[in-house]
Amino acid sequence: MFQRGSWLPHTEASTKALKQGHGGLFSHASLHSGRRVERATREEGAALARLPTVAGRVAVAILLLTLGGCDHLELMNPKGSIGAQEKDLILIALGLMLLVVIPVIVLTLVFAWRYRESNSKATYMPKWAHSTPIEIVIWSIPCIIVAFLAVLIWETTHSLDPYRTLESDVAPVNVEVVALDWKWLFIYPDYGVAAVNHLAIPVGTPINFRLTSASMMNSFFIPQLGSQIYAMAGMRTKLHLIADEAGTYAGRSSAFSGPGFSDMHFDTVAVPRKQFDAWITQARNAPVALDEAGYRRLEQPSIKTPATTYARVTPGLFDSIVDRFMAGRMPAVALNDAICTPQGLVSRRNY
Amino acid sequence: MLGKLSLSAVPLNEPIITGTGIVVAILGFTVLALITYYRKWGYLWSEWITSVDHKKIGVMYFGLGLLMLLRGFADAIMMRTQQAMAANDAAGYLPPHHYDQIFTAHGVIMIFFVATPFIIGLMNVVVPLQIGARDVAYPFVNSLGFWLSAVGAALVMVSMWVGDFAATGWVAYPPLSELEYSPTVGVDYFIWSLQVSGLGTTLTGINFVVTILRMRAPGMGFMKMPVFVWTALITNILIVAIFPVLTATLALLAADRYFGMHFFTNELGGNAMMYINLIWIWGHPEVYVLILPCFGVFSEVIATFSGKPLFGYKSMVYATSSIGVLSFFVWLHHFFTMGSGANVNAFFGIMTTIISIPTGVKLFNWLFTMYRGRIRFHSATLWTIGFMVTFAVGGMTGVLLAVPGADFVLHNSLFLVAHFHNVIIGGVVYGCLAGMSFWFPKVFGFKLNEFWGKVSFWCWLVGYWLAFTPLYILGFKGMTRRMNHYDLPDWHPYLIVALVGAAIIGIGIIAILIQFWVSIRDREKNRDLTGDPWNARSLEWSTASPAPFYNFAHIPRITSLEQHWEDKELGRAWRSASYYEDIHMPKNTAAGFVMGVFSFVLCFALVWHMWAIAAVGLFGMVGTFIARSYDRDTDYYVPAPEVARIERQRHAQISKAV
Repeated sequence: MFQRGSWLPHTEASTKALKQGHGGLFSHASLHSGRRVERATREEGAALARLPTVAGRVAVAILLLTLGGCDHLELMNPKGSIGAQEKDLILIALGLMLLVVIPVIVLTLVFAWRYRESNSKATYMPKWAHSTPIEIVIWSIPCIIVAFLAVLIWETTHSLDPYRTLESDVAPVNVEVVALDWKWLFIYPDYGVAAVNHLAIPVGTPINFRLTSASMMNSFFIPQLGSQIYAMAGMRTKLHLIADEAGTYAGRSSAFSGPGFSDMHFDTVAVPRKQFDAWITQARNAPVALDEAGYRRLEQPSIKTPATTYARVTPGLFDSIVDRFMAGRMPAVALNDAICTPQGLVSRRNY
Repeated sequence: MLGKLSLSAVPLNEPIITGTGIVVAILGFTVLALITYYRKWGYLWSEWITSVDHKKIGVMYFGLGLLMLLRGFADAIMMRTQQAMAANDAAGYLPPHHYDQIFTAHGVIMIFFVATPFIIGLMNVVVPLQIGARDVAYPFVNSLGFWLSAVGAALVMVSMWVGDFAATGWVAYPPLSELEYSPTVGVDYFIWSLQVSGLGTTLTGINFVVTILRMRAPGMGFMKMPVFVWTALITNILIVAIFPVLTATLALLAADRYFGMHFFTNELGGNAMMYINLIWIWGHPEVYVLILPCFGVFSEVIATFSGKPLFGYKSMVYATSSIGVLSFFVWLHHFFTMGSGANVNAFFGIMTTIISIPTGVKLFNWLFTMYRGRIRFHSATLWTIGFMVTFAVGGMTGVLLAVPGADFVLHNSLFLVAHFHNVIIGGVVYGCLAGMSFWFPKVFGFKLNEFWGKVSFWCWLVGYWLAFTPLYILGFKGMTRRMNHYDLPDWHPYLIVALVGAAIIGIGIIAILIQFWVSIRDREKNRDLTGDPWNARSLEWSTASPAPFYNFAHIPRITSLEQHWEDKELGRAWRSASYYEDIHMPKNTAAGFVMGVFSFVLCFALVWHMWAIAAVGLFGMVGTFIARSYDRDTDYYVPAPEVARIERQRHAQISKAV
């Protein structure tokens, strides 16, 4: 059983409960008190449950009807634990804020109608402009909501930190991601294989991503699995995700990177371990090798590059791509400049 | 001599651009011909182009904003059409390089050349009148600031037909905006149009800080300043603090592109993240620069049309000031997903949510201003109520984006796009349009047509929700911003609805134009004879409509936060004075306009690497400025009998109206 965050419980039981339409945060403390709920959650949940209940229930009910129950919204239908925790977080935060936002909107409309000029029955106090009790209340309400949000933010930002490795009994799979113009290269360093625009991962296994870019900035994003992170040249970022269900999930870049950006999407294929191993074996027998020369061909800008598998990846390829941009390596940089700037790459208008 | 410029820079092979060019050329030629036919060049020159009257400069800013709104909206409708067509990997009708320029230009234009001119225009018209001053502290600098902004806008427009514009997104992140990946002049147009208009905005900021600090009428302590003046003060302090950061950041990017330096490049130790930090240290406070004065507008409007003083004035002041301070501690929330540690992300997330406290307080204050009031549903009131409802949602989605764990999946999605349009349309645009219908009679002497004002409001309200609710939903469906086409068919219906919404907003914009036409046609029916058409509360309503060029015959003595209201209650409003004095006023000057023309030459030449012509532009600018500095003939006195004549006329008009 995999469990990462300490704050938001995402046991399988609660996942199922969510699917049955019971709800997220508020239910953990009240509805599922018999289930496994972690210590921090119980305290926090109890505190949250004390919030003005009627408005809260209404808000959460509306949210669940409109968002939580929507299987067609990818973020509300996550397929991995990180995404599931982020879904809960979104619903909790929205619910908390709706406690204020809904009354404000309703009161705005009610006041506007009640105190319209033609309604002579309504009280008119033309000089009334100050009330200390009201001032205290209107400063306190947002302060209280923000206090809750602040605790929520502090906890979840740490538990959902993309750099944090996932705790699991299953050994993780390492994937090195390189954003190229305009395609994604996925290197499996432990297996010596690689793929372009096709990410195969085993289900129920933490995936440790290391990311960089060979030119533009891009953001690596698989909506149904959760967090995204930027891939930047000369830098290495990390991301840890897991797929809890088998399936094919769309992935894409979410940071604009030039003319080929819209086609920088790929399929994430989450399959049972056996099938994944079979895919690795198949990839090892792929006809094309990803050696230095193969990589130089690959990094030439291209659009709508079909998914391709590569065998015999040069060891250390990922690190060499990161290092090529590092300062103090003039000859390598000069070489790289020559490679990376094909003439007429983004030629004016005629692109 | 001509640098990189050649005839091939004019994209005659692109029918959309060429067609637009022909239409603009015909319209422009017609306007010029009409001005010549009616012999209005002299009038334009002496009454507008060389004017240093803050009200006229404010009107010109507003005119610039409206003109650029048409361009920015044309971009918007083109984008919405493209996305409504380009489902299932269909190509749509805009190739990526053209589409990419359009969304970049849309962002740049809407922020720098629509929202900013609207805000500065409003402040120009209102601030001196509300503080009882005869003009701003530096009238020439005010004129210069306007012309520099106009030149920035002109450069963006010119880029459409001569060369191209940046295709990078409106904040031009490197490495994409570096020479290596954007070798055309597009990013150079971006840099120089923002540099020149940014200079204008900085000068305006300095001008208004000094004006508000030094030129308030006697008796107007800080806690007797109208809320709009408070918001203007904080906004201008922010401008002075942040625009130099923008200037420096763009200068570094220009150094990369022009001198082969490596501040933000991938290689040789450059770091693009440094640019991203710098641009958002400018960029986040910038959104408060835009929204704070609108909060001021809503405060004035809601108090006036509720027939009550603003609830919690002190709370408003403290809330505005704290937003100003807090706005400097939130910039990193624009890139939670770039690998900062959890502590850093959590800090900036929490700081961002804290800003919602003073903002929330403001909403409650407007709410309690309406409470037990007598609300008149003028179109300005409608804009305000529409704002309160719309902005509450926009604020909420903003706080959601400030939660790093949520931002990890919502960053750069259409949810984000919907959020900032929610606050910018629902806050800034509604605010500026409310301000326009509120203060229009003060400048022109007649009221705007209410029917078309209300049509415009409902179109903008319905249009906004129809255009951007689908985008919120698409964000939850994982659609990211700036996509030229997409392979997922189930995004398509939402984008069609969004296009319909944008079209309804378009009708709202047309309604504004009709409103102008109808109002000017019926101006005699809608004359504001008293100078106080709304039974309002602050100082600007105590003078005539249109306000005389010297604003106040006598500088008022301030005894109350709501001076004009108190005067009316005590029966001392609109009293004629027994004597008049000579009034000291600034003279018109062409220096601002001339410097603007030279700055256009300079920037255009820099874009195209025409060094000799750039030198002419630079020397022209500096030379004009030096010449102006030695000009001692910059002011004059309006003789007392002239003032007396104008004021007598006005009081005759008031007694006729009453």
